[in-house]
Parts: sequence; structure tokens; C-alpha cells
Amino acid sequence: MLIEISKLEVKYGSKKVLQNINLTLNAGEIVTMVGPNGSGKTTLFKAIIGAIPFSKGKIKIKPNLRIGYVPQQLKVDQTLPITVERFLKLATRDNSDLKKMVAFLGLKNIYREQINNLSVGQMQRVLLARALVDAPEILLLDEATRGLDQPGIAAFYQKIENISKETNCAVLMISHDLHVVMRASDRVICVNGHVCCEGTPENVATSPEYQTLFGSNIDGAFALYKHKHDHNHDVQGKSRV
Amino acid sequence: MLDDFMTRATLAGIGVSLAAAPLGCFVVWRRMAYFGESTAHAAMLGIALSLTFELSVLAGAVLVSLIMASSVTLLEGRSLFMDTLLGVAGHSSIAAGLVIVSFISGVRIDLMAYLIGDILAVSKLDLLMIWIGVGVIFSLIIWRWSPLLLVTLSEDLASANGFNPKKENFIITISLAIVVAVGIKVVGVLLIIALLIIPAASARFITLTPESMGFIASIIGVLSSILGLYAAYFFDTPTGPSIVCVASLFFFLFLMLNIILKNKI
Repeated sequence: MLIEISKLEVKYGSKKVLQNINLTLNAGEIVTMVGPNGSGKTTLFKAIIGAIPFSKGKIKIKPNLRIGYVPQQLKVDQTLPITVERFLKLATRDNSDLKKMVAFLGLKNIYREQINNLSVGQMQRVLLARALVDAPEILLLDEATRGLDQPGIAAFYQKIENISKETNCAVLMISHDLHVVMRASDRVICVNGHVCCEGTPENVATSPEYQTLFGSNIDGAFALYKHKHDHNHDVQGKSRV
Repeated sequence: MLDDFMTRATLAGIGVSLAAAPLGCFVVWRRMAYFGESTAHAAMLGIALSLTFELSVLAGAVLVSLIMASSVTLLEGRSLFMDTLLGVAGHSSIAAGLVIVSFISGVRIDLMAYLIGDILAVSKLDLLMIWIGVGVIFSLIIWRWSPLLLVTLSEDLASANGFNPKKENFIITISLAIVVAVGIKVVGVLLIIALLIIPAASARFITLTPESMGFIASIIGVLSSILGLYAAYFFDTPTGPSIVCVASLFFFLFLMLNIILKNKI
């Protein structure tokens, strides 16, 4: 058991953002959290990392748990000069795997770039790399694929799945890419201030609570645009089958 | 050696600018210029109270600055924005300080010495206190450099790494209070923040990592105080403002350099 949350309640002022949240995470598990905007998913993450106080309940965390946290986005002030390299090495306990990670996430060509000059997608990969260099026991991904294109999203989750299998690292992620993530998840939790429903991806997708929130046919939403990416692009953007 | 007033003044200037520059980088990165300014203004109230009760000016300044900075931090979010709260606290402190000083009879107090500093009057004891303060700030900043930097980049990332952002933020607050107090003799409460911000801002134009920015800022700070001090000596100008003027010249120099090199950095 890595994290055990019981009867958690979080308030912003007098407004209850989360209530009666129960959640247990074990090593190697991939759990996806879905839910509409403002449903308290990010708040739950912040409670787990200890960034915000909670009003009721308990969060039990394995002592010295190594958490790799990938926030929704990171804006670095223009006045702060910092290279990708320095950022990746900053306050990490052990960066012996750094080189491997940089190669794995394709960061070699931006290694000496200023963080401020990165594109959203590059920044996302840098944040993931920083979360991974610490050899985390659990990864918390908060909409980590923002700003990535469709093939990028698929590749991103493929990497997460591989890392989880390889290192037995648990993954708790917030995602809107339902069609992609649900397949890879062991469990899906639908949050809307409270836990609406949870279970295997198939069970959740067919549950009435989920369908009220997201509609009955998630594949339908993507039927409008079916992009079958059957080729790769080289550096110049030319396609190769 | 310390019997020469110019030597003492030079050492005092070097000390304060050494401590101010790396701390100033954090002030710039975290957009705390106004926070620092108000902390410095609060020191005037501390000075006034110390003079009234015949206590150590240094201790009074540190204490009142610290109380002001901490209470403003605690009050933040209660329907007023930080800059408004700071404006209220900082300005009322300096006003109250000036009013209180006017009540003190007997020895006439040279207000200007506290407002813009009087580095040529630094005593051996002052020098000792300055360097103790500098030592404390320098060790705090170097010891907490990485966590402070991480908290500056993202409080959530720092929390996930097991650091407490509140604790790290307090280190900045307490260092600010100390640097303001030891800077009173050197450049005074009105100009001390210039010594934090200007070297850091100048260094930003020519650096690519936080560490190099802190290092270059320290060099600029030290050079400014030495050159400013000697300029004041030769041209018979007030020392504190002269030091800040030299720092500003460095800023413009690097700004021009940055423009000429077409924003390559």
C-alpha cells in the first residue's frame, strides 16, 4: 500500500470541494481519475502531496514515499534563467538515471535550452523527466498531455505504461483523453466532488453515473474525427509509411 | 587596519552587497520587490522604537520588519491583495516611525542617516554586526539554495519533493529583515532594496543559470559599493545614493549589451 485515503474532505473557505473520498493505491497500479472541470481532481492531488490542508478524513502515505508529480503546467518567470539540465537536476535525490531518461524522452536536443524557450509539449516532457529522475514509487500526472497532438498523446501514455511495468511504479493520473487512457488503466475513478463510480474501465464506462457526466458513447465523440496515424514523420515533417 | 574609516566603510559595503545580491535574485524571481520595499519601510518604525526605549537599533529594525512581513503574509487573501496590504503596512510603519522620532527630545537625531545611510560612520561594532548578519544570510541562502529555487519555480513540485514551501518562504522573509537591518548604516532604509534588485536585474541580462545570476549579481553589488564609496569620497556626494547610482550604471550597461547582442540571452 502506497497511499490510503479515507473519508477525505477538502474545503476552500466554506465550500466543500471534495467529500467522502476513499482511495487506495498499491505498487504498480495504474489508476485514472476522470471528472468534469472543477470536480476537485487537482485538489485531491494537492492534498496528496501536502500542498493544501484538508478538513476531515485521513491520508496515509507510505513513509518517505518518492512521489513524481507532473503538474498541469509550469510557467517560469522570465527573470529566472534556468536550463533544462539545471531544472532536471534541481533538488532531486538521485540523478544517476538522468542520461537514460533524457534519451528515453527525446530531450537531448533541448538539454541546454532555457526553460522559458520551450514549447508546451517540450515542457510537458521535461516535467515528466523531472518526475522520473527521482525513481518515483508513484507518479501523479495532472492532465500531463496538455498541448500534445494525438500521436504525441498516444506515445506519452505508452511511455507511462512501459515505465510502470518496468519499475513497478504506481500511476495516478487525471486525464481527459478517456479513449486512450481507459484501455491502459487497471481502475478508473470518476470524481465529481465525491467518487461517483469506480471500477474497471469497462464497468465505469457503462455505469449510469458516468454516462450522465460524459454521455453514453465516448467513442462517439471521437467518431467525428478519426485520425488513423498509419505513418511516421521524419524531422523535416515528411511522412514515411 | 580597521582604524581607517574608509576601510571600515568599504568592508561594510562589501558585506552588505554580498548578502544582498543572491537574496536579491530571489526577490526578483519571486516578484517580491514591493514586499522587500515595505519590509524596509517597516524598519523605520523599528528604529524609532529602539531610539525611544534606548535599545539596539539593529535588533529593533529586524524585529519590526519581521513582524510586519509575517503578519502581511498571514493576512494575505482576506479580501485585500498583497500589494495593497503591503502598501498600508509599509507606509504606515515609516510614517509612524518618523512621527515617533520627532517626539524624542534631547539628542537631535539625524534622520537622513537612517533613511539614506551613513556608511562613513560605521564603527568596529557596526562592522562586526554587519558581517554576522551577512554570515547568517549567506549560510541560509546557500544551505537552502535548491529547495528555495524549487519553491520559487513551483510550490507544488516542492511539496511533492517533500519540502515545506511555507518554511522555505520564511527563510526569504527572515533574510530580508536581516539584510534591511544591516543595510541601514550602508545605504539606509529607502535604498536598501535597490542594492537587492539592481545587481540581480543587471546580472539577468548576461546569465543562463540561477547560480551564475547569483554569482554575477554579487560581483556587481560589490563593485558598486566600492566604486560608489570612492566616487562619494572624491566628489563629496552622499555615499548611499552614490553606491546605488553606480549599480544603476551597471544595469544600463548590461541592458545596452543585451540590446546590442539582439536578445541572444
